[in-house]
Amino acid sequence: MIYLDHAATSWPKPVEVIRALTDFLAQAGGNPGRSGHRLSIAAARTVYEAREAVAELFNAIDPLRVIFTLNATHAINLALNGLLKPGDHVVTSGIEHNSVMRPLRALEKRGVRLTVIRCKPDGSINMPDVAQALEPGVRMVVVNHASNVMGTILPVAQIAAVAHRAGALVLVDAAQTAGAFPIDIDAMDIDLLAFTGHKGLQGPPGIGGLVLGHRVEAAEIEPLVRGGTGSGSESESQPEALPDKLESGTGNGPGAAGLGAGVRWVMTRGIDAIRAYEIELTRALMEGLGRIPGVTVYGPDDARQRAAIVSFTVSGQRVSDLGLILDEEFEILCRMGLHCAPAAHRTMGTFPEGTIRFAPGLSTTIDDVQAAIEAVAQILARRRPAKQN
Amino acid sequence: MQDAPVFGVVLFYTTSAVLRAEKKLAGSGLAVKLIPTPRQLSSDCGLALRFDWSQAGRVRALLEAAQLEFQAVKRIGG
Repeated sequence: MIYLDHAATSWPKPVEVIRALTDFLAQAGGNPGRSGHRLSIAAARTVYEAREAVAELFNAIDPLRVIFTLNATHAINLALNGLLKPGDHVVTSGIEHNSVMRPLRALEKRGVRLTVIRCKPDGSINMPDVAQALEPGVRMVVVNHASNVMGTILPVAQIAAVAHRAGALVLVDAAQTAGAFPIDIDAMDIDLLAFTGHKGLQGPPGIGGLVLGHRVEAAEIEPLVRGGTGSGSESESQPEALPDKLESGTGNGPGAAGLGAGVRWVMTRGIDAIRAYEIELTRALMEGLGRIPGVTVYGPDDARQRAAIVSFTVSGQRVSDLGLILDEEFEILCRMGLHCAPAAHRTMGTFPEGTIRFAPGLSTTIDDVQAAIEAVAQILARRRPAKQN
Repeated sequence: MQDAPVFGVVLFYTTSAVLRAEKKLAGSGLAVKLIPTPRQLSSDCGLALRFDWSQAGRVRALLEAAQLEFQAVKRIGG
């Protein structure tokens, strides 16, 4: 079996992550921050150490400004709904995932003004277009660090510089890049970084986070959910202190333990080494697929300009048919369709049919990549007529 | 006859803040212990940091130097 769906979730997880999950459940099983006994303290320590690991990885100023959420979508919703008010103007790109577009479209109905910057078919963005969209008074700019459809990397630091000149906050969706790219929220000047734990950070699903930079005041961001935090219990008002203000109810302790272990695993392996390896896999995929007649590869031509994602279509073949053959006959697991990102597919001209997405990861070998290319070539060589119904 | 030990506690707004401070103080060589917050002092956060009261000045100085927010430093026992 060849797993080429790491952009959906990385697999398999490192043994260190699995051990952290089982250790939490078997040993540190108290409710973090709710009781004062040793198991509660052990659990709280594990969760805190995960916060510290995340803060270190992203060079965040303070572990208490790492807010744990269910996933990147939850983090994005927290940032958007927590900060945007009717009358605010928000700017985003034309290659965003529905995790950004759906909450933004809902906010638009409630009076938030939305500008979507058109991107080029390969997903890249013209900086003059960004500058033009950023009229004074824009409240927030929301961009993904890399497209989940074509892998295209957006120039986050450059966009942030322009956004800050206009007085806007910058929210970056790092779902596809956290753990696979160097991300320094200080150097890149990111105000809100949304990430998920189960992709490049090698953790389990059900844990992600929002990292708050220095421009975001605790007092200005409203929680999505209010409730028990283990703190300020004499009051029926939500506490103001971070992270508790934004983390109500018992959190995903085992998830945090697994995420912490995943982040430490990534740091031990080294972001630069991970990035170099993923570029190598991506380049091999792009070159191999690009040589097959009838295959169209989307996104930037240079593997260094994209995350480890290669989207393609095959002339005369439905992506769903090809995906099924790849799975059933070749045991190659990938994702086809619209990848929850209709805007990105419209930008690259593959809406509504979608693409096949090969997303290699750290468990992928060069031999796996070659086998996947060979499988696509074999399927095409059969010249199966496309079903037209 | 030895006097009963006199402790101080630092109170915080969140458990995460208690743990952050514990690392800082322990890392600076202070003997600190996480205890359930004494009910007579606060009901704000379930955990507090206990230390030897003779170190109160140092505890405050370290927390302030590191800009680690705390609610109060209070004396207990003795």
